[in-house]
Amino acid sequence: MSETTSAASTAAARTRTGEEQPLVHAVNVMKSFHGNEVLKGIDLDVHRGEVVCLLGPSGSGKTTFLRCINQLEAIDGGRIWVDGDLVGYRDEGGHLHHLTDKQVATQRREIGMVFQRFNLFPHMTALENVMEAPVQVKGVGKKQARARGLELLEQVGLADKPNAYPAQLSGGQQQRVAIARALAMDPKLMLFDEPTSALDPELVGEVLRVMRELARQGMTMIVVTHEMGFARDVADHVVFMDGGVVVEEGKPKDVIRNPQHERTKSFLARMRTEDAEEATDTQQP
Amino acid sequence: MTDTTTDRPGVIDARPVRHPGRWVALAVILVLLGMLVSSFVTNERWNFPKAFEIMQQTPVLEGLWKGTIIGTIGSMVIGIVGGIIIAVLRLSENPVLRGVSFVYTWFFRGIPRLVLLAMIGSGIGFLYNRVDFGLPFGQQLASFMGLSSDFTFFTLNVNQFSSTLIAGIIGLGLSEAAYMAEIARAGILSVDRGQGEAAAALGMNRGQAMRRIVLPQAMRVIVPPTGNETIAMVKDTSLLSAIPVITELFYQTSAIGNRTLLIMPAFVAVTAWYLIVGSVLMVGQYFLEKRFGRGFGTPSNKRFARPAGAGGA
Repeated sequence: MSETTSAASTAAARTRTGEEQPLVHAVNVMKSFHGNEVLKGIDLDVHRGEVVCLLGPSGSGKTTFLRCINQLEAIDGGRIWVDGDLVGYRDEGGHLHHLTDKQVATQRREIGMVFQRFNLFPHMTALENVMEAPVQVKGVGKKQARARGLELLEQVGLADKPNAYPAQLSGGQQQRVAIARALAMDPKLMLFDEPTSALDPELVGEVLRVMRELARQGMTMIVVTHEMGFARDVADHVVFMDGGVVVEEGKPKDVIRNPQHERTKSFLARMRTEDAEEATDTQQP
Repeated sequence: MTDTTTDRPGVIDARPVRHPGRWVALAVILVLLGMLVSSFVTNERWNFPKAFEIMQQTPVLEGLWKGTIIGTIGSMVIGIVGGIIIAVLRLSENPVLRGVSFVYTWFFRGIPRLVLLAMIGSGIGFLYNRVDFGLPFGQQLASFMGLSSDFTFFTLNVNQFSSTLIAGIIGLGLSEAAYMAEIARAGILSVDRGQGEAAAALGMNRGQAMRRIVLPQAMRVIVPPTGNETIAMVKDTSLLSAIPVITELFYQTSAIGNRTLLIMPAFVAVTAWYLIVGSVLMVGQYFLEKRFGRGFGTPSNKRFARPAGAGGA
């Protein structure tokens, strides 16, 4: 049943967007918390293999939008499609029906998420964290999940830490385990919610390196970040949000080097002074 | 700052702070203890050899085993499993289940265990002589449709059952579940929201996230008060005599005490048994806490190292 509806919505998405169907297709997404409008109609298309960075001041709604994509928040208006499937609802003759808990879980399997505060499972070792979802959700055999888990830990540079508990790892190491854990489900889309914001400055680099490598391998990624260098170098597309709307978007070199809007300009100028201050800080003995 | 290497401060060798108060307190306690011990020896009404004898009598040992040990294990198993289920219901999104859970806790936490057990022992059997397990309203349905079968699969004789140990254990377990539900709820709520979100983002459904991610972490918070509840339950099994279940430790020892007029030795015997069982449980609790403290560093282990050492019976 879900196959027929997904086929129908795939067809619908295709007719709407032409033959090249974006992996993420968000139209007029709206979200309020207790009457406070956080998202005021966001449109965004993310194509396969693309890296999109969401930039903007805190409170601009970028994290909320990211959480809406894998239904950690329910949207109040608009529609989101991921790989042609309408997120959170099924469309029956123009009427939307909420998906069941299980159907929502199935949709989320395809989307990996990395959180600002890592959210590793503290009662499990690094390897057990990575193995958990394949074994419990996909029913992969333990042996196979273990082999794949070790492979993923090696990929994020933690081949020597499979048996460490999260409390025994640095922030950067924890975040890399979290990335491996998300990759273990073979997602077609990875969401990063300020993955380096909770890290000590000297640990940011190791996480960004893993993300760059992931981007190079062709993973489709949506990244909420304050790391301008990462956005400039890695993103195919950057979106600047403020006050719940998209203010400006485009190629990173256009938006970051040559912003058109006043709000983008002042935000980027602020970020630059902070960067400069940090640079002088680190220069001091 | 301007020190040369020769007069830089070296290894610290400081005199400890003196605690004269501790020595005074120790002296006072030793004197009091000495007076107590001397009364044990001089007042023959304590009669410790008799107390020791009573501890080993067959009815007492049977009461200890059936009433206290089986009673505690049985009622705590029902209490813990029931409590976690009720806590999960209480936190569910289904308003009907939330309501059921609330009413359950309200009722069983509100009535004294002694009253509950007395009611189960005498009241229920008076109201319902027997309970038939079958289709709801099966008998009425069968007579209405003129069928020979009345859809009853199994009949329980309540009059006989209600005065058994099992009925008492169920009564204590139902009451305990109400308390355990609150403990489990606090444990579940203590787990960071991000844990549930991370589980959800990996495609786990609510049940999987609860069972695999949230509950194991909640256990760290649930175990210490549960140990407390278990030790309290050891003592509350003495209420089983209200059912009345007579294979029960306190009932048997006080019966012996009344019969032989060895009142105080009987009390000493029963006190000793309760202390022994409680001490063993404290050791068990230490290992359980260690098990569920995995991944949370060592502080919790250090903190509970001492009670376990003191717990050796």
